[in-house]
Amino acid sequence: MLIIKDLHASVEGKEILRGINLTIHAGEVHAIMGPNGSGKSTLANVLAGNTSFEVTKGEVTFNGKDLLAMSADVRAKEGLFLSFQYPVEIPGVSMINFLKTAVNESRKYHQLKELSAGDFLKVMREKKEMVQIDSQLTNRSVNEGFSGGEKKKNEIFQMAMLEPKLAILDETDSGLDIDALRIVANGVNLLKKPENATIVVTHYQRLLDYIVPDFVHVLYKGQIVKSAGKELVLELEEKGYDWIKKELGE
Amino acid sequence: MNESTNFESAEQRILRLFLENKALLNEATPGFLCNDREQAMNSFQRMGIPDRKVENFKYTDLTKLFARENYNRAFHPTSFDFDMQEVFTCDVPEFDTHLLFHVNGWFFGQNRTDQFPQGTIVKSLKQALIEDTALVEKYYGKIAAANSDPVAALNGAFAQDGLFLYIPDHTVIDKPIQIINLLRSEEDLYVTQRNLVVVGKNAQVKLMFCDHTLAIHSYIANYLTEVFLSQDAVADIYGIQNQHNGTAYLNGLYIHQESNSQLITNTISLHGGITRNHLHVELQGEHANASLFGLTLTDKDQHSDFFTSIEHAQPSCHSNQIFKNIQDDNSTGAFTGRIHVMPGAKKTEAYQRNNSVLMTKAAKMNTKPQLVIDNDDVKCSHGATIGQVNEEALFYLQTRGINEAEARLMLMFAFAHEVLANIRVEQLRQNIDRLVNKRLRGEVSRCHDCKLECIR
Repeated sequence: MLIIKDLHASVEGKEILRGINLTIHAGEVHAIMGPNGSGKSTLANVLAGNTSFEVTKGEVTFNGKDLLAMSADVRAKEGLFLSFQYPVEIPGVSMINFLKTAVNESRKYHQLKELSAGDFLKVMREKKEMVQIDSQLTNRSVNEGFSGGEKKKNEIFQMAMLEPKLAILDETDSGLDIDALRIVANGVNLLKKPENATIVVTHYQRLLDYIVPDFVHVLYKGQIVKSAGKELVLELEEKGYDWIKKELGE
Repeated sequence: MNESTNFESAEQRILRLFLENKALLNEATPGFLCNDREQAMNSFQRMGIPDRKVENFKYTDLTKLFARENYNRAFHPTSFDFDMQEVFTCDVPEFDTHLLFHVNGWFFGQNRTDQFPQGTIVKSLKQALIEDTALVEKYYGKIAAANSDPVAALNGAFAQDGLFLYIPDHTVIDKPIQIINLLRSEEDLYVTQRNLVVVGKNAQVKLMFCDHTLAIHSYIANYLTEVFLSQDAVADIYGIQNQHNGTAYLNGLYIHQESNSQLITNTISLHGGITRNHLHVELQGEHANASLFGLTLTDKDQHSDFFTSIEHAQPSCHSNQIFKNIQDDNSTGAFTGRIHVMPGAKKTEAYQRNNSVLMTKAAKMNTKPQLVIDNDDVKCSHGATIGQVNEEALFYLQTRGINEAEARLMLMFAFAHEVLANIRVEQLRQNIDRLVNKRLRGEVSRCHDCKLECIR
C-alpha cells in the first residue's frame, strides 16, 4: 500500500529525515516510536503533504501512485489521513460545513454522487456514536474551544467520516487521560478493516496497549534504526530509548 | 476641454456650481436650511478638498477624484423611463420589508408610505422641510460636522432631498425598513443625498440601506445620514454597498444617542471603486450602548476607508467596534478608529478591533487607532492585525481533502463571519452570508435587482 524509499526531508535547510525506508501492506498496523526530535512528526507531516517541509530525496508510492507528486488534498482524496498532534482551531468554520465539504469533495473525486443533507446527517450520527463524541461538538466551529481530549476525539471522528485507506495517527495519545485514550483507541479499532492500514506515531507505549501493532519501528535522528514485532514495545518500555542509543554506539 | 479656458480648481468649480444653482437649491426651502447651506459652503471653501495632509483623510486623498470629475449634478429628481414598482415588485414571501427607493439621491415619488404605525412620518426630506419644518429644524445638521469635515460640508451645501423618518415615542416598527439607493443616469453624475432619522423614546427600528449602481457611468455619491436616538430607543442600522468600480462612495453616518439607547450598525462594503464610510457616534446619555461592525471586500484597484469616531460624553456608556478588511490584488484599505472619552465620562467601556487579511503582496492596509482618554476609571482597548491566511488552518483543511482554493475561501468566509454574525435580521444575515461567499468566489454579484439579491 505504502512504499517509502530513501526519503530525505528538511525544514529551513536542516535535514530532519535522513533516508527512511518503510513498506506497509493492507491490513497492517505499524507503530513508529522514538525519542523527541527524532523526526516522527516530520515523517507524518511529509506523508500528508505539508509544504513547510521540503523533500530533498527519495520516493513514496501510495497504492501504486506517486504520493509526493500529489497536493495534500489529493492525498486525502486518495485515502490518506493524518490525525494531528495539535489539531488546529478554525473559528467561524462550522464542523458540519467543514465535514460536508470534505466528504463531498472526496466523493466528487471518486465520481460518486454528493451526499444529500439528510444522508449526510445520518452518516454523521452513526459515526458520532461510533467514536462517542459529544453531539454538541459538531454544532460548533472546528476545534474551537475544544478540550485536548475533545480535539483528539474529533480527529478520530473525522477519520470515521472520511474512511481512509491509510491513517497516520500522530501522537494521538499525547495529553489524553486514560478514559479518552480508551475511547480514541476503541474508535480506531472499530474502523480497522482488512483493506486498510494504520501508522501509529507515538512516544509512549500506552496507546499500543489498546491499538496493537504488527510492526514496531524505532526512529532516531531521521532514520529507522530498529524494526521488530510488537515485543519491541515492551523492550523499549523496560530499557528506554537510551538502550537504542547504546546499541548504536552513542 | 478647451485649453484656453482659465484653469479652474475643483473648489472654484464647486463654488461656481453652488452660486449658479443657489436659487434652485433653495427653492421651497425654509430659511434655517438656506443659512445652514451657506455656512456649509463657507466651511467647505475654508477646508477645501482634503488631501493626504489632512489627518482625517490621510489614507483617502480626494483631490485626484475631484480634479478629474466634472460630472453633472443631480439637481432635479430623475425622470423615469421605467416603472420602479414593476422592476422591483417581486414578492419575497418570507422576508417582508418596508421598501423605500431613492434614485440619484431623490426620494422616489411612488414610495409607499402608508403602512407605518400611527404618528410615524415617512416622507421625502424636501417635503418634510415644507410640511414639518419645526421638527426638521430641531434635528437637522445638529451632529453632522459640516464645520470640520469637508465631505459633510459638501453634503450640507448641496443637500436637497433624501429620507425623513420620524418614529414617535413607544412605537415599534416591526418590519425592517429597506432603503434602496440607486444610481442611474445617462451620463456621469454627482449625487447628494441627505437623510434624517429621529427615533423617539422607547421606540425601535431596523434600517437597511442598500447602495447600488444601475448604470455604467461614473458616480460620486455623497450620502449623509443623521440619526437621533432618544432615551431607551433601539436601532439597528445595516448598510450594504454593492456598486461598480466607477463609483466614489462618500458615506457619512452620524448618530446621537440619549441615555440607555441601544445601537447596532453593520456596514458591509461588497463592491465599490473608492469607498469611505465615516461613522460618528455621540454617546450623550448614561448607559447608552453602541456596537459598530464593518466588513469590506476589495480587489483590483479598489479603495475602502473606514473612519470611525466615538465620543463618550456621559458616564457608563459602552461601545464596541469590530471592523474587518479582506483585500485582494492591488486594493488598498484604511481604518481609523477614534475613541474620545470626555472628562466626566467615568465607567466608560470602549473596545475596538480591526483585522485585515491581505491576499496578495500588492494589497495595502493602513490601520490607526486613536484613543483620547480624558478620564480615569475607564476600560478601553484597541487591537489591530494585518496578516495572511493562517497556513496551519489551510493545511488542516487540505488534509481533509478540501482543495487549496476552497480551503482559502472557507477561511476567508470564517474571517468575515464574525462581523456578519452580528446582523440581527436572520434573513438578511443569511443573504449577506451568501453574497459575501459569492464575492469571495469572484462571482460578480449583480447590482441590478438589489432586492432580489439581498433578500431572496
